[in-house]
Amino acid sequence: MNATAPLAHDDKCLLRPGNTNCGGCGMSVGLTMLGRALDKAEDSCSLVIPACCGIVTAGAYPTTSYGVPTIASTFASSPAVASGYASIRDLNNEPGQVICWAGDGGTYDIGLATLSAAAERNENIIYICYDNEIYGNTGGQRSSATPAGARTTTTPTGKVEGKKDIMSIMAAHAIPYAATLSMAHPEDFAEKLATALSMTGMRFLLIHSPCPTGWKSEPEDSIELVRIAVASGLFPVYEVFDGARYRISIKPDGTDPAEYFHRQRRFADDEIDLDETRRVCAERMRRLEVLARSFH
Amino acid sequence: MSVQVITGNHAAGYALSAAGEANRTSRGTACGIYPITPQTEIVEYVAKFPFSKGRVVPVESEHSAMAVTIGASIAGARAFTASSSNGLAYMTENIMVAGYYRLPIVMVGVNRTLGPPWNIWADQGDTLMLRDFPWLQLYCEDSQEVLDTTLLAFRLAEDHRILLPALTCMDAFIVSHTQTETTMPDQADVDRYLPDLDLPHRMRYDEARTIGGLAWPHEGLSMRLEIDEAMKRVPDVYQECRQRFSEVFGRDPGDVIQTFGTEDATQILIVTGTMATTAREVVRERRAAGEKIGLVKIKMFRPFPEGALREACATAERVAVLDRNYAAGTGGVFWQDTRAAFQGHRDDLLIQNYLTGLCGEDVTPAVIGDILEDLSERDAAGEPVWMGIDTTKETLQ
Ligand SMILES: Cc1ncc(C[n+]2csc(CCOP(=O)(O)OP(=O)(O)O)c2C)c(N)n1
Ligand code: SF4
Ligand SMILES: [Mg+2]
Repeated sequence: MNATAPLAHDDKCLLRPGNTNCGGCGMSVGLTMLGRALDKAEDSCSLVIPACCGIVTAGAYPTTSYGVPTIASTFASSPAVASGYASIRDLNNEPGQVICWAGDGGTYDIGLATLSAAAERNENIIYICYDNEIYGNTGGQRSSATPAGARTTTTPTGKVEGKKDIMSIMAAHAIPYAATLSMAHPEDFAEKLATALSMTGMRFLLIHSPCPTGWKSEPEDSIELVRIAVASGLFPVYEVFDGARYRISIKPDGTDPAEYFHRQRRFADDEIDLDETRRVCAERMRRLEVLARSFH
Repeated sequence: MSVQVITGNHAAGYALSAAGEANRTSRGTACGIYPITPQTEIVEYVAKFPFSKGRVVPVESEHSAMAVTIGASIAGARAFTASSSNGLAYMTENIMVAGYYRLPIVMVGVNRTLGPPWNIWADQGDTLMLRDFPWLQLYCEDSQEVLDTTLLAFRLAEDHRILLPALTCMDAFIVSHTQTETTMPDQADVDRYLPDLDLPHRMRYDEARTIGGLAWPHEGLSMRLEIDEAMKRVPDVYQECRQRFSEVFGRDPGDVIQTFGTEDATQILIVTGTMATTAREVVRERRAAGEKIGLVKIKMFRPFPEGALREACATAERVAVLDRNYAAGTGGVFWQDTRAAFQGHRDDLLIQNYLTGLCGEDVTPAVIGDILEDLSERDAAGEPVWMGIDTTKETLQ
């Protein structure tokens, strides 16, 4: 059958060369890191990918850029498809992780109910959201992960609302593991992947994923941008065990967030309320510190 | 084997569970379930079943119920679910995916009126809105037929010449909640009838391939053509599955269309589901009084049994198609397909549509009598006739 013929390809690396990701795309880094973490853990995986840039990455049938079994799901369904697929893996005592690789649209927006339900059931899967804060695949519309002030094709004068705090939502499900990952800090990134791979049950990882196309930034700035985001407290890097034990992984060093906005043309410098941004970041870090202190 | 008095929902739950259990010697079974009146008892039955190798996942929506079922099926499990009405509408995106992924999932659909207005009674518009997807559709009349057809659906769907999902349908309440005498098969016989599922294109954990990504037009087209070829093989494979069913269970699960008195009939009623039970009695009486009236019950709607239908109506001059559904702006869905089946074959045949039993109205012997009267007085077919409503009145109150 055409739709399902196996491919004669023995390239086992997770993300193969020749994929269609834009230059400077955070997905390329994230998937490569994931592949390495799996190799290091002597583990393997199947990917379940909803509608998003990540499924375009695969390229066109009958070729694929993914060196692992990969299932495309509908936009809202990846955690549910993964639940069924992982159930049969477990019933047959088969090895390998079942990993959802989803964008922020599939995570924060259309798939939130599905994700919440899978978390509530504590499914034995890893859910990774590469958060580029935009609908990349459809050409750059807002999502509820888009930060305030960002111009997208559906927020042409800049988004009014702030970014949804998906980590608090996921932590509130008291799942075994929830963590944020920054590719500006590869050791921490790798460590968190290793932690997730070593556990069972529902694991949620949020990657701040630069997207030069959507962010209107230079590809070579990608890592620098997410580094500033961590250093300034815009993107807190932390982990939460069982929804209760918080650990801050990388402390902001007081870097000013101005540069982050300045280097992305999705933001208009004069439209960003920097004082308010600094206040929000400080408040968020303070809250996380309290949580990390009281639960350690 | 035992005889029990059970509802259609019980029959469906029993068949789905026994089929899932039968795959315990292979990759097992899993499904996503979500309740909706009048299907709820089916998923409750499944949730209680002590599967030897299975998992029932109670999800948060029908969309996810089918998604879990799809994930299990892709992994090679026997997978099934059930829904109804707005649940099917909500599930639709993933129903389509199951078909295009060529997954032999079996779903039971309890035919309930789509809302608004809110209405829980029988109407086939819900499953019929799925008619253009690559799913087989089988309509049942009572608990026994639900049980038998659901088991048969697994064998048919899983046949390597078919590999398409199948939907078994029953009218809300009239079947789903009405107890009738039903012969229940033993698990051992179900095991014999449904061998271990071997899904040739199941995803293997050590095999690097991607399913469902981008395909260029010519690839997509050839996949569609393969579906069409599989659909065309269904009538023959159905007969094999039916034959084997008789051998294992000692019962005929029924042909794709079922006729009564058609051999010499000049006027024929074409019906589905529970309308057949009532119409059969009316036809029996009329024939006893010497009228040449016949009945065709369509069991298989997808693929549409065109040839069998034409054969059954060979002596007919007029046929009445009774539709318990309404496709907005056109008429009944079975009528549309019936007209298409006869076009170019029997252009002389008068084919009249009657919309009856919509939104849970009763299709009584009197209604069928009115239809026969209208049919016999016609010299040409006209617009679909709305039964039970005087459409000449300006307001319907
Ligand atoms: C049900 C449904 N609605 C809309 C779409 C169109 N669509 C495909 S991808 C996408 C946005 C994806 O955004 P995100 O999840 O952030 O991933 P990204 O493209 O940024 O990688 C949309 C709206 C779809 N595929 N399915
Ligand atoms: S649009 Fe953004 S997320 Fe999508 S491939 Fe390009 S850089 Fe990556
Ligand atoms: Mg995105």
